[in-house]
Amino acid sequence: MAYRIVHYINQFYAGIGGEEKADHKPESREGIVGPGTAFKAAFGGEAEIVGTVICGDSCFASNLESTQAEVLELIKKFNPDAVVAGPAFNAGRYGTACGAVCEAVSKKLGIPVISGMYPENPGVDMYKKHAFIIETSDSAAGMKTAVPAMVKLLLKLLKGEEIRCPECEGYIERGIRKNMFYDKLASERCVDMFVKKMNGAPFETEYVMPVFDRVPPQPPVKDMKNAVIALVTSGGICPQGNPDHIEASSASKYGEYDITGIDDLVKGKFCTAHGGYDATYADNDADCVLPVDVLREMEKEGVFKKLHNKYYATVGNGTAVASAKRFASEIIEKLVNDGVTAVILTST
Amino acid sequence: MKLELHKIMVKRLVWGEATTVRDGVLYVNKQELISLISEDELLGKVDVDLAMPGESVRIIPVKDVVEPRWKIHGKGQVFPGLVSDVETVGSGRTLVLSGAAVVTAGKIVRFQEGIIDMSGPGAAYTPFSETCNVVLLLEPAKDGMDKHDYETACRTAGLKAAAYLARCCKSVKADKIVAYNHADIKNAMWGHPGLPKVGYIYMLQTQGLLHDTYLYGVDVKKILPTLISPLEVMDGAIVSGNCVSACDKNSTYSHQNNPVIEEMFKRHGRDFNFVGIIATNENVTLADKKRSSSYAVNLAHMLGLDGVIITEEGFGNPDADLIMNCWKAEQLGIKTALLTDEYAGQDGASQSLADSCPEGDACVTAGNANEVIVLPPMNKVIGVVEEANVIAGGWNGSLAADGGITVELQAITGSTSELGYTKLGAYTI
Repeated sequence: MAYRIVHYINQFYAGIGGEEKADHKPESREGIVGPGTAFKAAFGGEAEIVGTVICGDSCFASNLESTQAEVLELIKKFNPDAVVAGPAFNAGRYGTACGAVCEAVSKKLGIPVISGMYPENPGVDMYKKHAFIIETSDSAAGMKTAVPAMVKLLLKLLKGEEIRCPECEGYIERGIRKNMFYDKLASERCVDMFVKKMNGAPFETEYVMPVFDRVPPQPPVKDMKNAVIALVTSGGICPQGNPDHIEASSASKYGEYDITGIDDLVKGKFCTAHGGYDATYADNDADCVLPVDVLREMEKEGVFKKLHNKYYATVGNGTAVASAKRFASEIIEKLVNDGVTAVILTST
Repeated sequence: MKLELHKIMVKRLVWGEATTVRDGVLYVNKQELISLISEDELLGKVDVDLAMPGESVRIIPVKDVVEPRWKIHGKGQVFPGLVSDVETVGSGRTLVLSGAAVVTAGKIVRFQEGIIDMSGPGAAYTPFSETCNVVLLLEPAKDGMDKHDYETACRTAGLKAAAYLARCCKSVKADKIVAYNHADIKNAMWGHPGLPKVGYIYMLQTQGLLHDTYLYGVDVKKILPTLISPLEVMDGAIVSGNCVSACDKNSTYSHQNNPVIEEMFKRHGRDFNFVGIIATNENVTLADKKRSSSYAVNLAHMLGLDGVIITEEGFGNPDADLIMNCWKAEQLGIKTALLTDEYAGQDGASQSLADSCPEGDACVTAGNANEVIVLPPMNKVIGVVEEANVIAGGWNGSLAADGGITVELQAITGSTSELGYTKLGAYTI
């Protein structure tokens, strides 16, 4: 019996259309669509694509959670043994969608799932912990090499075979540590490595230490009288009810909120979305995390020119560095475009 | 300094009328051993049991493991400052019952005690499934005894038993003699021209709260980093008093047989000039961490060392000490290689260390202590199996109705030894 595979692809690979059809709603079709043909050939009868689930990239990106659930339901109906998503190459929204499919399949169905992406696809950093993602080239020209590599690893997963190192199997390193017994005692390995390092010979560490970013502080504001100051926080301060549904932990988004005419973040109007600290005090007086009240007073005193009428908030609790970096680059662009000259960052 | 280890190979344990060793069999006079250990008024009921490699036996909870040794010639006696007088050790002849071990077990001191399985999947993870174990089952004289007093009693019992077993065999001819030489500083400086001078920064767990290690009987959290000869370590100058997670606390046995020292002796004169050891601590305050790391690294600098191997004991908080030792050494031009273990979560997806520095580019790890293992039931349990639900690495429900145990490797004695006493390691997928 061949393994039952479901293939996830976007509207473009399904032949529905390009950007103009990117809002295409999730649908499923029996059997093979588009690149599924290449997979069929590579499976060589060991596995069979029983169904294809299709969704437009914009549709997925703008309603990530609900689409993820909807797509999962469509996949589930085929009763698959494994799922293939993509490959997405360097298509960002498609990669994110494939990653989200991988996450849902791996978490909810617990069956093998594989995707293929270019290492710089944002879907890689967001979802590599949830699935094996074969490293591909940056465009569909790499389909010919991506498909056999994806198939080979997926069959290994289906057969429960041991998965070796990323370079051996061609997948993007997931950052997951696995134990193994080496041939030598750890003491001997350590002295081996030490001798190589002493001799200036090449050696490979067994654990690459994480490098924490060190951001040098900006120089002081020279002309405070004319400064336009904005507030940005990872303390989760948002309008009452958290209208953007920023996650309490591991945030996937940030909010932009207007404080025109607001001198004080009063109880009942503002609260925190943060799940990592005792929210009692912030809910009671959000100014203790996001000091709008004090800044308004200083604005009136003329200490600086203006408090920017928008503030940006996310939740820093267990939030991936990759997500935080993405938020920051987007927020900075908006602040610069709005003529902001200085920012006060508050955490918790 | 020269030390000869006179090794008698022990392959089996048998109860006997007199404690002695013959043809690879260590005979143990049970009553004599119990009487000796019972001399301590802090201990209540004392029992002794035997566990051999390959048997369907589980020992739980395990506090420490000690190798039986006794000095048969030369200055001082084993475990100086604890069960012997305070005299410099590390020279002369020391008898070793190689292949035998004393395991202290029984009513728990703290949560952080371990499991030794003599067979089955768990046996592969602990070096002490391969030793013939004389297990001391200990209980405090009374309930509610001060934990520190009880720890002292348990620690002393293990050392006394180990010394006793080897002492009883002192007139037996050794199967094998291994000699170690270690030069004094003057000769070390002249020796092996052209080879780099290297040392070993030997980090000892000293966070207090029953996380303690003893050097010549001195609580190491109270010392400044100091020099010690590797030969002194072999005679039991360093003794574990630790009640920390079983996987990466360095048992007294692994100090006596420190495999990093062993390996450095093998390479001495060939790949480098092994000058000496700097013993240092892992205290809890930032000021202590700064002081000890600066002092330890400065000793290495004063010795003119070109490189040091640094081993950690424990995890989390001591990661900060490891990292400080590393970058401070590297900044003085002293190259480092680190030996640690990992806490990457049960799924292996989290950051493995609590601190890091870019200088730590040569790092060997003894594996992820959070990885979960299922230990099938054993025919015999020595100790208190219910402790599986409370020891570090276990949880409420670890112990199944059939006697099987599901735990993190953390709970297995010596499984991720940061002295590198196992072959376990990790890789990234």
